[in-house]
Amino acid sequence: MFNVERWKEIFQSIKKNKLRTVLSGTTVSLGILIFIILFGLGEGLKNSYSDLFLRQANNVVFLYTGKTTKPYGGFKTNRRIEFDNSDIADIKANFSDRVEYINPTIRYGDNIKYKLESYNFSIQAVSPSNQYIEGNVLMKGRYINEKDIENKTKVVVIGRLVARDIFKTEDPIGKFINIGSRSYKVIGVFQDLDGDNEESYLFLPYTTRQQILMGSDKVGSIAITFNPNLGGKGAVKLENDIKTFLKKKKSIDPTDPSAIRVRNVADELERSMQFAGALQIIVAFVGIGTLIAGIIGISNIMVFIVKERTKELGVRKALGAQPSEIIKMILTESIFITSISGFAGMIIGVIALNSLESGLQEYFITRPQVSLNIAFIATVILIIFGVIAGYIPAKRAAQIKPIVALRDE
Amino acid sequence: MIKIDKLHKSYEMGSSSLHVLKGIDFKVEAGELVAIMGSSGSGKSTLLNILGMLDNADDGTYDLDEMRIENLDEKTAAEYRNKFLGFIFQSFNLINYKSALENVALPLYYQGLKRKERQKIALNYLDKVGLKNWSTHLPSELSGGQKQRVAIARALASNPKVLLADEPTGALDSTTSMEVMALIQKINNEGKTILVVTHEHDIAMMCKRIVNLKDGVIVEDKKVKQNIIKNV
Repeated sequence: MFNVERWKEIFQSIKKNKLRTVLSGTTVSLGILIFIILFGLGEGLKNSYSDLFLRQANNVVFLYTGKTTKPYGGFKTNRRIEFDNSDIADIKANFSDRVEYINPTIRYGDNIKYKLESYNFSIQAVSPSNQYIEGNVLMKGRYINEKDIENKTKVVVIGRLVARDIFKTEDPIGKFINIGSRSYKVIGVFQDLDGDNEESYLFLPYTTRQQILMGSDKVGSIAITFNPNLGGKGAVKLENDIKTFLKKKKSIDPTDPSAIRVRNVADELERSMQFAGALQIIVAFVGIGTLIAGIIGISNIMVFIVKERTKELGVRKALGAQPSEIIKMILTESIFITSISGFAGMIIGVIALNSLESGLQEYFITRPQVSLNIAFIATVILIIFGVIAGYIPAKRAAQIKPIVALRDE
Repeated sequence: MIKIDKLHKSYEMGSSSLHVLKGIDFKVEAGELVAIMGSSGSGKSTLLNILGMLDNADDGTYDLDEMRIENLDEKTAAEYRNKFLGFIFQSFNLINYKSALENVALPLYYQGLKRKERQKIALNYLDKVGLKNWSTHLPSELSGGQKQRVAIARALASNPKVLLADEPTGALDSTTSMEVMALIQKINNEGKTILVVTHEHDIAMMCKRIVNLKDGVIVEDKKVKQNIIKNV
């Protein structure tokens, strides 16, 4: 393969035929460049998605109750099932090795008042675990703690938008607001990166709510976070174990689909990531299209180059060039040009992507990057096709009789 | 040097076939300068192409320097062309991006000689055709006569047994034609066997023997008194 004299011949041909060299080189460079940029933007889109969901804890399982649809253990159908404090204690006791946090939640609506003005926000009675599960970030004051739960204190933590609407420029900490007929002290303000909706909540201790409901021990829903080391399969097993446990405890038919329901954030995340993945496939498809266009471009140019050189090749053959020598010459030249320009395009593409890195956040593109592996493989593919595209016309040219080639004007 | 016997060649022209050479018998001794004449379509170029192994005969035998040329594959044909034959074309066929010196050195490249050696030999032949000072010029910077002289130097570079010239003066005016023919005579006088295809009678008269082709057969084969060109 390596032959100094042939390389000298090739370098001369490349140097003396600049237009041809630039034309084929640019096609290859551009193909790779566009491929890498498109692919990187797709990756950036996917990154934006995963960032969005990863801010929330994604190892969360929500447990809900409903009505039974099957008779079981002497109970009639259509019985309303509710969680209560003993369920929380039982989950804690029986699944402590797999469960990290448990957050009982009671949602309700009530009249919110401050200095004669009424407001309308969502209210949830929760436990301290809520902060971790929702991904709330404290801006001021403190969150609900275990002492509040124990003492059933009348305190409330409010979202950033709630604070802005009710208190305007006032400092909310230590102020009292009315929820229903009772007065609650504001102890903290939180923000949430997941958006405005998440910042329009008021959180108060669930035990305080239970006390107001005449010492009820009922809980609306339960959110638990599982040990992330469980992985996807472990999480599904945990879900099923808890469901089976609770159904048994509450005398529910094990096959009843609606009495106790489970929602897994990881599943949702996976669905969203599938969507992002589909987006990336589309972008990759466009990128591959560009690559194919590049391949077709380089093929055309190779055909043109060989056509243009037919006479020269005929002269060379008349002077004693063997067919294999002709093929080697054309191939080495095309490999050389496609390699150099392919890798140049790759490097420019990667640099361009890196420089775009921070500027595109508002277009929902985060960290647009392409792995060097993919960039490299794409480049090599283009080079290989460039070689194949060069080989076919080269072989044909090498087989033409010199007399035919010489007649070609 | 060259001996052909009952050479036939026809070309397929769509459905019909064109019989171009209809049994040529022909012999050339070493050191001869032969003009092959004939009007267009007489088969003279076809004959030259077969002699030059640029084309294959359908039938008949061809011996070059007592070696039978038959059933050549491309590889061997290329090797033989390189070793035994030098070509001079009507349209020069120089490679346009190579300098005069590099054009002359090209056959030597295909013989596998090193660059230094190639250039030394090529310069020598350029000197022989009087273009030593033009060695670095591209073909586009040379006149027609100069181009043909470079082509002659290139044909000589591999020191072939036979030079084949296809209308070497066809693209040149009469003065330059004289120059080129004088060069061909000079090379012939040094002992090289040369075949010149031409349709011009005065060019043919500058050779030592004229073979007349008509409709694919030799109608006349005669020695002539060579018109020697002096002082051009």
